[in-house]
Amino acid sequence: MSADKTPIEVVKEPSMLKQKAMIAENYRKLTGAPETGRKVVSTYVPGNLNELIMCFDMVNNLPEINAIQNGMRQKSRGMIMEAEKMGHSEDVCTYVKADIGMMAKGNIAPNGEPLPAPDLLLLSYTGCFTFMKWFELLRDEYGCETVMLQVPYEGDGKVTENMRNFVVKQLKEEVIPTFERISGVKFDIDRLRENLRRSAAAEDDLVWVLQSAKNRPSPIDAYFGGVFYIGPIFTAFRGTDDAVEYYRLLRQEIEARIANGQGPITPEGDMGSEKYRLVVEGPPNWTSFRDFWKMFYDEGAVVVASTYTKVGGVYDFGFRHDPDHPLESLADYCLGCYTNRNLPQRVEMIENYMSEYEADGFLINSIKSCNSFSAGQLLIMREIEDRTGKPAAFVESDLVDPRYFSKANIKNRLESYFQMIDQKRQGAAAA
Amino acid sequence: MSTTKIINRCQALFDDLDFTAVGDWKAADSTRKVIGFMPVYVPREIIHAGGMLPVGILGGGDQLEVIHGDAYYQSYICRIPRSTIELGVTGRLDFVDGLLFPSICDVIRNLSGMWKLMFPDVYVRYFDVPQNYDDEIGGNYYVNELQELRSGLENVAGRAITDDDIRRSVAVYNENRRLIRDLYAFRVRSPWKAPSSEVYLLLRAGMVLPVEEHNQMLVDYLAAAESQDRAMRDNCRIVLQGSFCEQPPLNLIKSIELAGCYIVDDDFMLVNRWLFDDIPLDGDPIANLAAAFLHGSRETAAKYQPDGALKGKYLVESVRDNAAEGVIFAAPSFCDPALLDRPMLAKAMTKHNIPYISFKYAENSGQMQPIREQAGTFADSIKLWSDA
Ligand code: SF4
Ligand code: SF4
Repeated sequence: MSADKTPIEVVKEPSMLKQKAMIAENYRKLTGAPETGRKVVSTYVPGNLNELIMCFDMVNNLPEINAIQNGMRQKSRGMIMEAEKMGHSEDVCTYVKADIGMMAKGNIAPNGEPLPAPDLLLLSYTGCFTFMKWFELLRDEYGCETVMLQVPYEGDGKVTENMRNFVVKQLKEEVIPTFERISGVKFDIDRLRENLRRSAAAEDDLVWVLQSAKNRPSPIDAYFGGVFYIGPIFTAFRGTDDAVEYYRLLRQEIEARIANGQGPITPEGDMGSEKYRLVVEGPPNWTSFRDFWKMFYDEGAVVVASTYTKVGGVYDFGFRHDPDHPLESLADYCLGCYTNRNLPQRVEMIENYMSEYEADGFLINSIKSCNSFSAGQLLIMREIEDRTGKPAAFVESDLVDPRYFSKANIKNRLESYFQMIDQKRQGAAAA
Repeated sequence: MSTTKIINRCQALFDDLDFTAVGDWKAADSTRKVIGFMPVYVPREIIHAGGMLPVGILGGGDQLEVIHGDAYYQSYICRIPRSTIELGVTGRLDFVDGLLFPSICDVIRNLSGMWKLMFPDVYVRYFDVPQNYDDEIGGNYYVNELQELRSGLENVAGRAITDDDIRRSVAVYNENRRLIRDLYAFRVRSPWKAPSSEVYLLLRAGMVLPVEEHNQMLVDYLAAAESQDRAMRDNCRIVLQGSFCEQPPLNLIKSIELAGCYIVDDDFMLVNRWLFDDIPLDGDPIANLAAAFLHGSRETAAKYQPDGALKGKYLVESVRDNAAEGVIFAAPSFCDPALLDRPMLAKAMTKHNIPYISFKYAENSGQMQPIREQAGTFADSIKLWSDA
């Protein structure tokens, strides 16, 4: 597809329409909470306990998702600057500042209605240190109750009994009783089991979709497209019938694409022929999401696997939520999230993707905001280059702060990277 | 012994980026082992109980030329991990048999995995601590973590670490903590007699010396400083906050003092003062270490404060208890814990009418003029305000 092609309104697939309706409905529930009397809990994407939250009829608000929405709508810059004016350092995570700035500007949800103050902050401290400070800051602003769920880090690359027991114990003795008190709803473990059963069904289809990228051409883009595919499972829908239905539709659509030999859908329609297969590490930039994506599909580059799509849960190595061991499986889910895994595990995972998905190269989008992802990425890059012999590249941007997205720099870097892959291929063909 | 002589020795230890003193300690006996640790807290008692030397690894300061380390980190990550990598790849940490990475932030957390990849022969442990302070929940978890640490250290030491070994080590570290409390109390009483640059160097010496030797050094310094006459200056009294991990350059501490501020409390090398009270010598020593952590340890940005109403209270109390007149927030650039915590602490200061200023530094900051000016203006305004 050429750069000068006029953007067209792409026909939306049924799964896209379904997801859009689900998101709108959740924002409607959130902003309507003062009228309906439903209680609101805020929590994070990694370690999101949606199945448990549903047991108490509470509505789930995810501040990272609000920040992403504001980033994509070009509203985050003003919010971040507002927070910096209030004394928040320019050095810290912009999700936090976008959230605090959003609050200062009236906490308006994407549907134009104000978001209510949460009744509870579920501080699921999973894979990121900033989470702890973020909710301390929000608690300070809202003055609402906060319950902490500490998820130990897999420092030695494994989950020990001690770690799992600690998480389960916190769930039983602190998290669940707090939810019961705030919501007034008694915990029913069978309800949790039902939710988990639906989660597992959706997870099966999600994994099928992610692994469809092993086809040539890949029918999906597992990074730019991937962020839409993980949407329901990472947010307020895991464990719902809607999520099961969404992934069933999505799977059917991808099956049809494979049958037709089609590549991924892009914002400008079907991608042209697949020239480069990449594995990507790190979150995307949201403020120039389309520009960034276009730099790939214009060149025929498709992302066949990404680590960002594992940040809210790693399912493609076999883990499923398990209705027969409900609390233990919630613990294992949290413990296994991507950024809760140590660097050697992350390297192994990427190395596995490079070979399983027959990638031509490895790219890191390093995010200024996010030490959890970014600290150590340059070593990850070296390790992957050494282990696979494939070329790697490194670009830098930020999540929702447009001041750190330099379009020209990134484009140049990517163009020379694609040339490098070509040269490497020619060298290999000549050998 | 004079304070000058003691401080000269500390300065030499501080300047020595090859850790010669540690190398000498190790060379004296081929069975000796060294366990490094990074900020902010590890139970050194268990290392010591295994006959090993705990050594604080605090980055490279302003004298180390970082050549390799920068290739491992983006520009927006603080300095301490890159200078620590530099120390590692240049062989300056070859004496280290094990390295502990406490749970303080994502940078040090990820550095633990980097160390595993880069130095596969070293015992590497990410040292996790509870953010839940209930004995049955966070306490049980922590006791088991300590037992795992103990068995990992036993493997390095090549011998068992018994409860009695730990009790003996607890006694020595209780003594060390008492002496450091005395040192801080002495500085509060007469800050002109124990300048903070000297206090800092004394603490740094404790990061590399055997604790018994450090205890003697503290006794000697306190005796010498007590009897020494030094000019009292018309300085204001401040608490320095935020320097608990990447180290401020020594010149920064000196500059603050020269600008007219006596530092009467700080969060330098919190491992020394992490636990408030003596740990009991009877009973289960691991359970005692855990209880001390849960119920009698210092607050800092890396710890969760479960009660929002108490956020910042410790700093307000430090100002009050040490008769300080203001707070200087001095945090490393790009330090998430310190910088995310700062607005909440600053709010508590405002609520209690405690003046404060804030700045950032890097371990290799060279230009002190702006900091001297800022601290000088702060000191002047405090004096003006208190005279008014
Ligand atoms: S530091 Fe990274 S993981 Fe943590 S809140 Fe920010 S973006 Fe999310
Ligand atoms: S200086 Fe701050 S961000 Fe850097 S390693 Fe230390 S605690 Fe982490």
